[in-house]
Amino acid sequence: MSSSIAAPISSQANALPPNEAAARVTPSARRTSSSGIWVGVFAITMSFAAFTSALFVREGTADWSHLVLPPILYVNTLFLLASSGTLEIARRNLRAGAGMPKAGAWVALTLLLGLGFCAGQYRAWLDLREQGIYLATHPNSSFFYVLTSMHALHVLAGLLALAYLAYRLAIKQCVIRRTIFDNTAVYWHFMAVLWIYLLLLCRMKL
Amino acid sequence: MQEGSVQEAHVHAPPGGFLRKYVFSLDHKVIGKQYYALALVAVFTGMILSWLMRIHMVWPNAKIPLLELFSKNGAPGGVMTPEYYLSLLTMHGTLMVFFVLTNAPFAAFGNYFLPIQIGAEDMAFPRFNMMSFWTTFVAWVVLMLAFFIPDGPPIAGWTEYAPLSAVGKDAGPGMQWGASLWGISIAIFCVASLLGALNFIATTLDLRAKGMTLMRMPLCTWAWFITSCIALLAFAVLFPACILLILDRHAGTSFFIPGGLVISDRLQPHSGGSPLLWQHLFWFFGHPEVYIAILPSMGIVSHILVNSMRKPLLSARVVIYSMMSIGFLSYMVWGHHMFVSGMNPMSSLAFSFPTLTITIPATVLTLIWLGSLYGSNLQINSASLFALGFISMFVAGGVSGFFLAQPSIDIYLHATYFVVGHFHLVMGVASLFGVFAGTYFWFPKMTGRMMSEPLGKLHFWITFVGAYCIFMPFHYLGLIGNVRRYQSFVDDFMAPYIGWHKFVTIAALITGAGQLVFLYNLIYSRFKGRPAPENPWNATSLEWSIPSPPPWNNFGGKHPIVYHDPYQYGVKGSKGDFVMQDSPEHVVAASGD
Amino acid sequence: MGKLLAIVLVLIAVLSAYPIVAHMFVLPEDISTHGHAIDDQLHETMLEAGLSFVGAQIVLAVFVWGFADRKKGSQLKNFPGGAKVAVIAAFVLVGTEVLALGVLGQEAWAEVYFTPAKPNAIQVQVQAEQFAYYFRYAGPDGKFGAIHPDKIDEGNQNYFGLDPANEVEARDDIVSGELVVPVNREVQLLMHAKDVGHSFYVRELRLQQDFVPGLDLSVHFTATKTGKYEIVCTQLCGLGHYNMKAYLNVMSEEDYEKWLKEQAAQ
Repeated sequence: MSSSIAAPISSQANALPPNEAAARVTPSARRTSSSGIWVGVFAITMSFAAFTSALFVREGTADWSHLVLPPILYVNTLFLLASSGTLEIARRNLRAGAGMPKAGAWVALTLLLGLGFCAGQYRAWLDLREQGIYLATHPNSSFFYVLTSMHALHVLAGLLALAYLAYRLAIKQCVIRRTIFDNTAVYWHFMAVLWIYLLLLCRMKL
Repeated sequence: MQEGSVQEAHVHAPPGGFLRKYVFSLDHKVIGKQYYALALVAVFTGMILSWLMRIHMVWPNAKIPLLELFSKNGAPGGVMTPEYYLSLLTMHGTLMVFFVLTNAPFAAFGNYFLPIQIGAEDMAFPRFNMMSFWTTFVAWVVLMLAFFIPDGPPIAGWTEYAPLSAVGKDAGPGMQWGASLWGISIAIFCVASLLGALNFIATTLDLRAKGMTLMRMPLCTWAWFITSCIALLAFAVLFPACILLILDRHAGTSFFIPGGLVISDRLQPHSGGSPLLWQHLFWFFGHPEVYIAILPSMGIVSHILVNSMRKPLLSARVVIYSMMSIGFLSYMVWGHHMFVSGMNPMSSLAFSFPTLTITIPATVLTLIWLGSLYGSNLQINSASLFALGFISMFVAGGVSGFFLAQPSIDIYLHATYFVVGHFHLVMGVASLFGVFAGTYFWFPKMTGRMMSEPLGKLHFWITFVGAYCIFMPFHYLGLIGNVRRYQSFVDDFMAPYIGWHKFVTIAALITGAGQLVFLYNLIYSRFKGRPAPENPWNATSLEWSIPSPPPWNNFGGKHPIVYHDPYQYGVKGSKGDFVMQDSPEHVVAASGD
Repeated sequence: MGKLLAIVLVLIAVLSAYPIVAHMFVLPEDISTHGHAIDDQLHETMLEAGLSFVGAQIVLAVFVWGFADRKKGSQLKNFPGGAKVAVIAAFVLVGTEVLALGVLGQEAWAEVYFTPAKPNAIQVQVQAEQFAYYFRYAGPDGKFGAIHPDKIDEGNQNYFGLDPANEVEARDDIVSGELVVPVNREVQLLMHAKDVGHSFYVRELRLQQDFVPGLDLSVHFTATKTGKYEIVCTQLCGLGHYNMKAYLNVMSEEDYEKWLKEQAAQ
């Protein structure tokens, strides 16, 4: 070998004898999908942060009005929080054998409560419409409709995941990877946390 | 409860059937090539648009018969209307920034090589990956539809400032369905990019092979990883902006439209909105976006340079930290697009400091590239020529940033050709040089054939000299106050400088023609190129340890083990002056005494 | 080919610098009071940017010349000091540049934006619209009539939507298609956009400011030389953007008073 350098520049720090190099941690599928769901949660948070900043900018103008939130929103909140609870109960039942269909039933209940939430949100929109408050009526209503519908769209995605989970557990009664449940749970609980934030935001600002 | 192991989670059966193999493939390599193909179509479209723009600018009455066939409204009698110029301008910018500069260096090469370079069998979520590409494709189709509607594409520029973009058809031609298609297309693009970024991040964090610590990842992998972190935040903000814009346009809301506007003799039924809100949201995305465009090329160029120099960079670690700083700072500078926008002048000063500061990591990178060249054993080939050209272009485009970062100078230079010269050189050209370098470097691996070196060199010279001829004069023209986004110059002020614009137009046509050399080389070599060995460049990173082209599962079912960083060059290796990452041989420093 | 690249790099550096060094592109003459600060800063920046650009291209050229396609058996060397030198140089070079330019730059910016218009500045309202500028002077009563968007009538030249029939202040307002100002007197522009975003740019005044619909913005300046100067729109506003311009007509004090009287008489 003809070319040479005075000292190997970066190799010293990083070259390990073969057996040590191989001993580094092996990643697992759990971590992958878990990373994925948290990254997704982060991105969704950023989007709602953008909507929030739009709200703060828009708030200062002369046509800013006031929106009385339809009371059913609070009922919907209870449904959503309860659904988080039922999902956690499902988690406790997740074990092979008899636990599987039981868990599936609790997941199905979560799904129902989630559907209840969505139905309640729709009712809230209808309530506003009855008062003549539509998307473009004033900036407050614009933000209300945008925030709640964006949240509802994400909830729908969660409902699809819950439906799949319930189907696998309760009907097909097969063993599922723990990660699928965990990730769905992270996402679903995030929907509740996000909703609490949005509800408070709407209540305080709109 | 069964735990899935990494191989079990990500193993997919060898693809069968035409659709699964070539169209709806889950294989990151196919998806990478699909992104590349889409970028290729977009870049040639964007380039042709720029030719049309430049021809019209210096010969406003020129008849372009084909253009009339394409759009009777836009070019009656073959002569381009002023509004059609703006339509082409808008589509040029949108195609280039989104579908070329985000797709090619990041989505295309990143998808193909990131999993291989970290020793993985595929991306973390192959199905999401496939969806990302096809969603991007749908976004592109929606955008291109704007060309074929009677009213034509929107005329508000790729930045689509409100209220021009928000009020609808009163604002002008193309601003009805053209602008709506733009908004929908970009919203879809945001979703696709978010999915893609998510995939990159999860893959990089969790699917690295044994021994592949973060610090042992190649610099291009680092660049793709940092870029995906930036993209995650940036597109997450652009998406809401597009939603609000679409609502203003179609649902009567007033997020961006204030009251009392009289457009086309009609008092607009909106009130209270803020045009500056659009600018803030857009540029909060828009500035990180330009770093999304350049960072992957920085990584690719660094990676290729080391291989060409047969010697590591002065410090890969410093390069990684610099790229990270650039990513971080990129989120603090968006207001420098808005110095004279009417926002609080105090904010302008505030934004100028991080803008000037971002020069520091950029300079560190440049000095490390230059300093690493010293004492190297630089091999010249098409790939390294473009990598070296990247350094030249990046510096050329970057120094004009010194001017624009200062608000007081920006008072004079804002919206002039100085800005156009700056961003074309530093973002368009430099980034594309990284893509070209990557293409010449990785083509043998992707196709199993070598590209033609003489044609590659010809392509380099035309492009390198041509790009300078096109974009350097823009800086001078900006200095005398040549305003941008004008379809032609109708006043005496610009009369003495039309000659320079003609020079630029001719240079653009020649340089563009030179890209056909590249296209020919790509296509010819794909079928008739000289068969490529596994490691034609004597390179060290993991992609060079597998066959050319790689098998469907990259490492043939084996799990690579990594023992070194990827820059063991200039050492005594068993195969030459390098040691591959997966080679357990101890690195022996070639003794210097 | 490495040597060819080196030569081309040097040629590019020299040819790119030439038009600047040879003053082939000279800034339009500065007719403002604050412009000199901007011009000084611009020249200072040009020096630094120019040196950086030429320097980097030449260093690249030298290294490519020296180290490309070397003979077999050439020894690899490291740049003395390694990465540390690069990092320190970047911090020092750029750090001082940032401080110098950033801090120096505040003067010109402050003159334009942080100093309020003098109380005796001449107020002129500028309305930007697709695709023209209209200028309004308050007239002898010194007051501007209110703008009524619903009363705008281009056909009858009521660009601002004034209501002279019902408003006293609007009766003597002078509307002009040209921005006429006296030399050496401060002028405050009250900027109003009728429809979409526009911008006000006069190169010789070293002044550029966007109009934002819905926002009341203002800038002030003092022109130091008589003459006619282009006002051009720099914020893409629609199909006529390229043709949207007016003229700044700087007159002597007497000519300005004469013009005002003539306008008032109409």
